[in-house]
This record gives sequence, C-alpha cells and structure tokens, in this order.
Amino acid sequence: MTTMTAALGRLRTVRRTRTTNARRRESLTALGMATPAVVLLIVFVVVPLALTFALSFTDARLVSPTPARFVGLRNFTQLFQDPVFFKSLRNTAYFAAVVVPLQAGLALVLALLVDAKVRGVNFFRTVYFLPVVTSMVVVSLLWTFLYRQDGLINHVLSALTFGHVEGRDWLGDPATAMPAVILMSVWQGVGFHMIIWLAGLQTIPAELYEAADLDGATRRHRFRHVTWPGLRATRTFVLITITIQAFGLFTQINVMTQGGPLDSTTTVVHQAMRTGYEQQQTAYAAAISLVFFVLVLTVSLVQRFLTREKD
Amino acid sequence: MVFRTRRLAVASVAVAAATALVAGCATGSGGSTSGASGDTLTLWTHNAGNSAELDVVKKIIKDFNASQSKYKVELQAFPQSNYNDSVVAAASARKLPCLLDVDGPNVPNWAWGGYLSPMDVSGSEVPLSDQLPSTVGRYRDKVYAFGFTDVSLTFFARTSVLKKYGIRIPTMAKPWTKDEFDSALAELKKSGKFEYPLEMGTGSLGEWYPYAYSPQLQSFGGDLIDRDGYKSASGTLDGKDAVEWATWLRSLVTKGYLAKKSGVDPNKDFLAGKSAIHWDGSWNAAKNAAKLGDDLAIIPPVDFLHGPRIGGASWQWAMSSTCSNKAGAQAWLKFSRQTKYFVDYARATGTIPATDAAAEQVDGYQPGGEFSVFTRFAREYAVVRPVTPAYPYISTEFQKAVQDILAGADPKDALGQAAKDIDNNLKTNNHYAG
Repeated sequence: MTTMTAALGRLRTVRRTRTTNARRRESLTALGMATPAVVLLIVFVVVPLALTFALSFTDARLVSPTPARFVGLRNFTQLFQDPVFFKSLRNTAYFAAVVVPLQAGLALVLALLVDAKVRGVNFFRTVYFLPVVTSMVVVSLLWTFLYRQDGLINHVLSALTFGHVEGRDWLGDPATAMPAVILMSVWQGVGFHMIIWLAGLQTIPAELYEAADLDGATRRHRFRHVTWPGLRATRTFVLITITIQAFGLFTQINVMTQGGPLDSTTTVVHQAMRTGYEQQQTAYAAAISLVFFVLVLTVSLVQRFLTREKD
Repeated sequence: MVFRTRRLAVASVAVAAATALVAGCATGSGGSTSGASGDTLTLWTHNAGNSAELDVVKKIIKDFNASQSKYKVELQAFPQSNYNDSVVAAASARKLPCLLDVDGPNVPNWAWGGYLSPMDVSGSEVPLSDQLPSTVGRYRDKVYAFGFTDVSLTFFARTSVLKKYGIRIPTMAKPWTKDEFDSALAELKKSGKFEYPLEMGTGSLGEWYPYAYSPQLQSFGGDLIDRDGYKSASGTLDGKDAVEWATWLRSLVTKGYLAKKSGVDPNKDFLAGKSAIHWDGSWNAAKNAAKLGDDLAIIPPVDFLHGPRIGGASWQWAMSSTCSNKAGAQAWLKFSRQTKYFVDYARATGTIPATDAAAEQVDGYQPGGEFSVFTRFAREYAVVRPVTPAYPYISTEFQKAVQDILAGADPKDALGQAAKDIDNNLKTNNHYAG
C-alpha cells in the first residue's frame, strides 16, 4: 500500500515535471518572439516618453553651455499662457473634427464603388491608391503650386466660369488656408482607408446579401442591416487610425504654410518642432509634447470605450 | 513559477535595453575632444550645393596640405539646408569637426554654447584689422570667426523705367527719403504696368526676413533688441518707431505696391519686368548687370530718418572648442588668410571682398568699379545682427512677426507679442549668462 502510494506520487512528480518543462520551453519561445517588438517599444516609445516627461520639468536647451536644471512647472505655466499653443490646439482639433468623418466617409463611398464587380475596377482601385504611395512632401509641394494665386486651380475656376470667379491665394488667406490643407490631406489619405474598408467589405459573407435579397430588402436596407453591422471591426480600426493620423498633422503644414498665415494653420506637432529645433527650447517642446500625449491618450481611450464590444 | 520567469525575463530585457542605451549615451558624451585623428583634421562646410564656392575651399585645402607635411585637412561638404542641424547634432554627440564654417549671426550662439573656440590668427598675411568689420565674428571681445567676403542689400531698378516716370535716381550722398520712395511707388503703381511695383522677396523663408527687413526697421529708429546689454526687446522691437515701420510695411501691401507673398524666383520676375524696384542682395548684381547692362541702377537703401541701413555678416570660418588638434586648426586658418584666397572667394561667389587689397583684384569691385558701391554700403551702412546668443530665437520671432504683419496682423500686437516672447526667453535663460 505504502509502496503503491509512493510509486504513484513519483509518477505524478515525473508527469508534472514533464509538463512544466514543456511549458517553460513554450514560454521561452514566446518570449523570444516577443523580444524584438518589446525592445523596439522600449527604445522608441517608453524611453522617449520617459525622457520627455523628465525634460519637461527642466530648462534643457538644444544649444547650451550649462547642463539642464530642474525648474518645476515653469514650462507648463508658460505653456498655458501661450496664445499660439491654444491656436495650435484649436487648429489640430478643427483638422481632426473635419478630416475624421470626411476621410472615413469618402473612403467608404469609394470602397463601395470599387467593390462592384465591373470590368476595369482594378484600374480605379489603383488610381485612388496612387496618392497614398506618393510621399507626403511631394504631394504637399505639388498642391502648394496648385493653390497659388496664379496656380492651376484658379485658372480652372476662371476658365469654367468664363472669368466670373476670381480665385484667391488659397494658402495665403487665413480663412481658406486650413480648409485647403484639409482638402489636400483627405485627397492624399483617402485611398489607404478605402483599401481598409474594401477588405472589411469582402469579409461579409455573400449569403447574408442573398438572404437579404430573398427577403426583398432595398439597397438602403441592405446597407443598413447587413453591410454596416458587418463592418464593425473595420470601423473601429479606421476611426482610430484616422484620428491618430489627424492629430499628428505636421508634414503638410511644414511644407505648405509653416503655421501661417496669422497662425491659422499652426498645429501642436508643428509648434513642438518649431520650438524644439528652430527656437532651441528643448524643455518647452517636451512640455508641449507631454500635454499633447495626454490629450491624444484621452481621446483614444474615449474612442476605445465608445467602440468597445458591448456583449 | 511560469509567470515569475516571464516577468523576470521581461524585466531583464528592459534593464538590458536601458543599460545599453545609457551606455550608448555615456560613450557618446564621454570623449572630450574630436575632429582630428593625430594630425589629420576634419573640415565641414555648408556649400555642398554651390560648386564654385566649394572649389575655392578645396583649393585652399589642397594648397595647405601641399605647403607643409605635418597637418592634413580633410573636407566634408553638407547641403546648406541641413548644415546647422548637422552641426548641432554633432555637438550634442561631441563629434564636431576641428574646422567649420558658420553663418555670421549664429557666431555668438555657437560661441556661448561652447561649440566654437576663440582663435588667434595674428601673424597671418592679412591682418584682421584690414577686413570689413562685419566680416569678423566677435563675441565678448574675442574673435571666433572670420569671413572672406560679405554681401550687401540694395535696390535694383532700371534707369529707363525710373526716368520714364520722373523718379529721381538717388545716390549715396542723397538717398531716397521715405516720402520720395512712397511717391515713386505710387507713380509706378499708377502706370498700371506693374501689378506690384516693389519686390522684396516676401515669398522667401527663414533668415532672409531679419536680414532684409530689420535694416529698414533700424532706419525707422527701431531694432530687434535693445543693444545696450541685450537684456530686453520690449520698447525697442515694439516701440513707437518700430510700430511705425510695421505700419508702413503693411501699407505697402494694402496699397498694392508689394505682394503679400512674392513669386518663386523674385530675381527672374524683376528681370522679366514684372516688378520695377527689387530689394535684393548684391549676389545678384553680376547677373542683373549682364542682362540689363547700363540700364541697371544700383540704388542705396532708403533713408527712413535714421540713415540708410543694410545687414552685415555672411558665412565665416571657425574652429571648434572640442578640436583635438587646435594648433593644426589655427595653422589652416592662418594659411587661408592670404589675399589670393580672398580674391578667389569673392570671384566665386560674386560678393564683396572683405579687404581692399582683394577688392582691387576683383572685377567690378576695384575703386570706381560698377560694384564698388557695395563695398561702401558695407562699410557705411552695415549693422550686424544682434551679437547675442539669443539671436536664433530673436530671428524666429521676428520672422513670424513680419509674416503676420504682411498677412494683416495688427502691427502693434504682432511686434508686442514678439517682444514679450523674446523677453521671456531672455529671462528664462538667465539672459544667456554662463
């Protein structure tokens, strides 16, 4: 009896050791696979974030003979009295508020159009996607020329209206500069999200549409009750990527307007870059970035909450 | 157990990465000298895109390397648009070259930041005292840099056009007054021949703004900063005279004399006859003279009450403070100070030779030559940009203010905000002591 218990006990130990060993090997493999991503995240996200946090409480400068000193909340008090910062925030919010629905909606419309089973549809897919693979700097430069007082857009406007409409310097006018940047950005970015929507559309089973047809659903009903619910996951992805992309608005501004005229196009990222490099105020730029990080994080969390799986 | 292993592993990866990073930073800032290995010195220049100027630098280096056997200088050329960033990055990593060139107004900032070392070039062929004052980069009574040439601002116009509209052609003895200038512009505008009679490069970016417009501000009686101690911009940059200047500048736009944003190539527009009077740099003089011949009028700046003014200081040569072979660097600097190189430089860049001896050998710049007037402008009108480490900051603030004023901002508010920002920057940086 005792021998048997002992034997059983031994048996159990052996088995447990074997599973533990297998488990350990498995977790090591997992670890090995995660390591590159973890290292990259640490080096390019965690460390810079920690540095930003630390720098924003100092008086660090880009060029300086003296080491940085701790100055407490000085950068932040200065930031909240800076009129340009509030204009940057307002412009960034404005850009995001217009671009997110506009670009997502337009991309969906395009996706629905090119989802049709017609000959030559690949041609249109390619055409809509072309701006995406073109560098943003190149696109911005081209559009800068288009938007000039004597640019193509004004010539076309004038020709179409037989000279009745006199165009303006679109980027030089505080009233039209931001809308002009928005239009160009949507044009450039819409193709990418069209492809995402398209991928989403193609995951919706064809049987659902067939069933809807059998039930006599109209096109509108079909979209409302089959397509839209089927795009749930895609929607979240599109919403969050466009939002983050919109908040990071920088390249277009840097190439086309440098924040002008009259601060009508300055954005938070552009201001951080200008402050940190051109004006050599590293710590102040770090403070701007930190405030910006908190804002973007808040917005993302809210979006995450609103688009969560309800069940 | 499994979880503990994993957490431990993650933690060790994190620690290892952080250590590697910190170690990397430490080695980066550990070395205190750079720029030379033994007697081979590195030299950086901004003119990679300008082959004529680069060839002169190459020639000086070649001659220097051949003239003695101890030192050897090696050239690295950068495009101008990335040059300052490269220097700042190299300085942060303690990897500055021994020899480098620097834009005149940046000398105080780089000297204060510890990038540059004071130099001693006594005993070279050309003494510093022979040079135009604006071509020597001084900070706190020490010489940090010197240039071979300088440039001048000027108005270009066509004599025939001015005569046609009954506009007096001004001279240095009797420059245009503000009223004369305004009525000349009004006359030209009235002719209907010019959409914008005045061209001042308002479509340019960056340093052109303080370079081109702050002399006009100074001629009105204002300035970028109170030069007495460089402690405050308030009252100077946003004082009565400055506001008057800004109001005048804005009025040029509202009256249709000046484009809010000029074309891509203002010089081409002037030569094509789109504008009548062009506020430009002397670097375009040779090109304009070749195209217009005797019709080209080189006109001194307008006297807005406090005398005509132009900016001073162009690119200059300096030695880094971390240079591991300062004797070699000084030897190169001294060697380069020969009249023949001043001549080569001025010829290659089409700019004002920094010494009279060199000017005598450069076509057009000899006494009485068609461009010799620029040398006189540089001698009599030049004001260097504020000699303070805060200059790069002041420059960006002024650029923004001018852009805003041209776009229609209230002149008093725009200048007031710039002055306030500059004062704040001075204060938080302890007035750049240290």
